[in-house]
Amino acid sequence: MDQLLQHFLNAMILGGTYALLGIGLTLIFGIMRVVNFTHGELYTFGAYMMFMFVMPLQTNFFLALLLAVMLGVALGALIEIMLLKPLRGADIDTTMLIMIGAWIAMQNMEQFVWSGIAKSINNPFPADPLVIGAVSVSWSRVFVFVVACALIAGTYALIQWTKLGKAMRATFQDTETAALMGVRINTVYIATFAIGSGLAAAAGALLGPIFVVYPTMGDMAALKSFAIVILGGLGSVGGATIGGFILAMMEELGAGYISSGYRDAMGFLLIIIILLFRPTGLFAQKERIG
Amino acid sequence: MVSILKRYALAALALLTVSGPAQAQDTINIGVSEPLTGAVAASGNYVVQGAKIAEDEINASGGVLGKKIKLIIEDNKSNPKEAVATAEKLIVGDKVPVMMGAWSSTYTLAVMPKLMEYGVPMVVETSSSGKITKSGNPWIFRISPTSEMEAKSFGTKVGDFGIKKADFLVVNNDWGRGAAKEFSKMLKEKDVEVGVIETMDAKATDLSAQLAKVKASGGDTLFITTGVEQLTLALKQAKEQQVKHKVITTGGSSSPDQLIAQAGAAANGSNHLLFFAPWFPETAPNPEVAKKFVAEWKKRGYNFAGLTEGFRGYDGIKTIVAGIKAAGKADPKAIQKALWGVKVKGVNGNIAFIKQGPEGKESGQNVPNVYIVTIKDGKISKL
Repeated sequence: MDQLLQHFLNAMILGGTYALLGIGLTLIFGIMRVVNFTHGELYTFGAYMMFMFVMPLQTNFFLALLLAVMLGVALGALIEIMLLKPLRGADIDTTMLIMIGAWIAMQNMEQFVWSGIAKSINNPFPADPLVIGAVSVSWSRVFVFVVACALIAGTYALIQWTKLGKAMRATFQDTETAALMGVRINTVYIATFAIGSGLAAAAGALLGPIFVVYPTMGDMAALKSFAIVILGGLGSVGGATIGGFILAMMEELGAGYISSGYRDAMGFLLIIIILLFRPTGLFAQKERIG
Repeated sequence: MVSILKRYALAALALLTVSGPAQAQDTINIGVSEPLTGAVAASGNYVVQGAKIAEDEINASGGVLGKKIKLIIEDNKSNPKEAVATAEKLIVGDKVPVMMGAWSSTYTLAVMPKLMEYGVPMVVETSSSGKITKSGNPWIFRISPTSEMEAKSFGTKVGDFGIKKADFLVVNNDWGRGAAKEFSKMLKEKDVEVGVIETMDAKATDLSAQLAKVKASGGDTLFITTGVEQLTLALKQAKEQQVKHKVITTGGSSSPDQLIAQAGAAANGSNHLLFFAPWFPETAPNPEVAKKFVAEWKKRGYNFAGLTEGFRGYDGIKTIVAGIKAAGKADPKAIQKALWGVKVKGVNGNIAFIKQGPEGKESGQNVPNVYIVTIKDGKISKL
């Protein structure tokens, strides 16, 4: 029983960051129809920014987090303006190839700047964990969970209740009609990519101090984000959030009670099963075609 | 247009291949395949640093067979597929007569068929899976201990640790699973109960599920086998989840100083099986060699934490050069034959090869020394 509780607790904490990664990607995927291979690199970028601010520059931990996310947003906007804007109207394969190129270039750049050796980041939280009965969790993970939930809620609010969010939703449903109604599609695209990238950078900046930071850390994160997006349904923020938690729960329980060797396979197995019955994902929104 | 370009490209390629062997006349090239980037990059870089010390030392004293040696170092990116590509590049492209590599058992096992195919010997400096020397590959000469040797050596200390029930957390590859197999076998022979054997993907960063299971198993000792990066995470997360086991790491790649720096208090109380104890070079079987190596390492400003890994590269290159010297020529077949007779005073101890594996196609295996150190209050002490 204690073990089960511990697994649940671990899954909740892990699920928060998975959800964060997932919603960033689902926005870009859903609204822009861009298969964003740089998502994992934005995650890595966030972690390295955190490392740079906290370790050599000795910036305050929380300020560093804010700066890392802001720089992630800026880098996202830059990628959109420099790489994606010239490709508007190009077919999905062309964009995909460009994004794969950007992914490899960014990963090698990280390796060039910070070398391949893993870096670790100090955090200001107490070393002793928070103990609740038989289960325990570190304070740094509690912090990550709280911030992740706040960011998810913030993104949801932005999409539901702001003018930009409305424009994003309109663009998602029908780009041409939205454009005819006066929605500035270019601005929506830049904002979407920047927000999505910022969320990935936030996940990296949050997890960097818990794990270690190295250039290829984004690969697994990207793979999981893609899985979460497919699981939740393209473009669905709610779906990606729930998808993130489901994936984390599957991994924890699968590793805990079946076999830890197949931990990463568990989540993907679930995705195969769900897609067999719901090919558009769990919470796919309707989009108008034609 | 395309065909003109193609011709230019072919001409350039031809020039490259012609200039290749010409360069090889004045130096003897030694191929090195190590993980310089990726999941276990720290260790690979340390091994290469040690190898470079050996290279400079040998060249400073006149080289071998009247020629200077040159290390051609390739990054296998902590990936078995890339390891095969590096071996192919080194053997076919650079025409190296001998190589050293490839750190992880999984990378080494991936490279081994290439050694058979091209007939080039490789000195294995780190890998510990038993399969490497027992699969009948006569081009393999391993200076690092097998997990079995390590387990046997640790067996004499089981009583001192008071182990009643042991759990395992190992990286899910040939190295980790091999270590779990050999250590659990040894423990069972000593009437120690074996609890859970948990595996983790080499790239995994969140080990919470595995650790929750270890905690629930109720053992008193946890054996961990993985690279220093993942080990750091395992120790930190074990503390977070209040896993009370006494930790013992195997494989000799724990770089305890790096653990102290990166895992902090979570590293306290952990024990590490090592094949070189750079804090006490005077206790090594060849103290002069060990002291000189440590002094040179410090002089170059390398990270002290890397010494427990770096010596492997140093001993590996020394062994290879002894082989070339005994062979009298830089020829793969001659070096393979000569390696059987080498006796090298290495940092770990005296290196010589015994036969292992099926008769007629045995691999060479060294019998190295094993040390155990403990981290206590952020300091290292010898057991």
